[in-house]
Amino acid sequence: MRIRQIVRAAALEAGLSLVDQTKIITAASELARNTLDHGGGGHASIERLQEGGRRGVRIVFEDTGPGIPDVDAALRPGFTTGRGMGLGLSGARQLSNEFSIATEVGRGTRVTIARWK
Amino acid sequence: MDRIPILKIGAALLVTIQVDLHDSVAMALEEDLSNMIVKAGAKGVLIDISALEIVDSFIGRMLANIAGVARMLDADTVVVGMRPAVAITLVELGLSLPGVKTALNAERGMALIQRRVAESGLEADHAAGEF
Repeated sequence: MRIRQIVRAAALEAGLSLVDQTKIITAASELARNTLDHGGGGHASIERLQEGGRRGVRIVFEDTGPGIPDVDAALRPGFTTGRGMGLGLSGARQLSNEFSIATEVGRGTRVTIARWK
Repeated sequence: MDRIPILKIGAALLVTIQVDLHDSVAMALEEDLSNMIVKAGAKGVLIDISALEIVDSFIGRMLANIAGVARMLDADTVVVGMRPAVAITLVELGLSLPGVKTALNAERGMALIQRRVAESGLEADHAAGEF
């Protein structure tokens, strides 16, 4: 998936350590797969962050799929509606410094993650 | 369709994962490996992931599935060459890879499998002309 290369380039540029790069790329990979498998495909945008002396990366995944009826359940490790391990959302949250999710049934889902140096 | 090559080394099968896996490739690998385990009478499967920059839950599930099937067919699965950053990330992700043994490198992984072969008294079957 091409998203990984783009996230890695942005993470490198933000000066993230190898471990932090690996975490944010893994989180992005989980969310990209969610967008494809559950959201029916969508859109990802990557933003480089600079706040004072801090640098980081933010990635937004958006789809116009069915949405998530019970977000709390979906965020629980091990919860799955498909054949996955149910670690996509919970894992991505765990691997990120910032995590937010907006979803509406029938309209779609937007997940935002960020990792700071 | 792309297929991942499987090498037979003594009583073990060696698979090196180098590319991003897509569903179809991962499923073909599972099937090829289970066929090869039976055909070769393999006692172990070595999966080298040293080339992987990340292991997400999709790849983790594939590794756990392979280990589960191999277990049914009386073979151990040893994942070798995991990068330190990948190990840290997997723990934080909450992925525990049940039933999957690990070793630092292929040599140590092979030693694990050979020990098992020796314990089960099967070395005679595999010693002839394999190495």
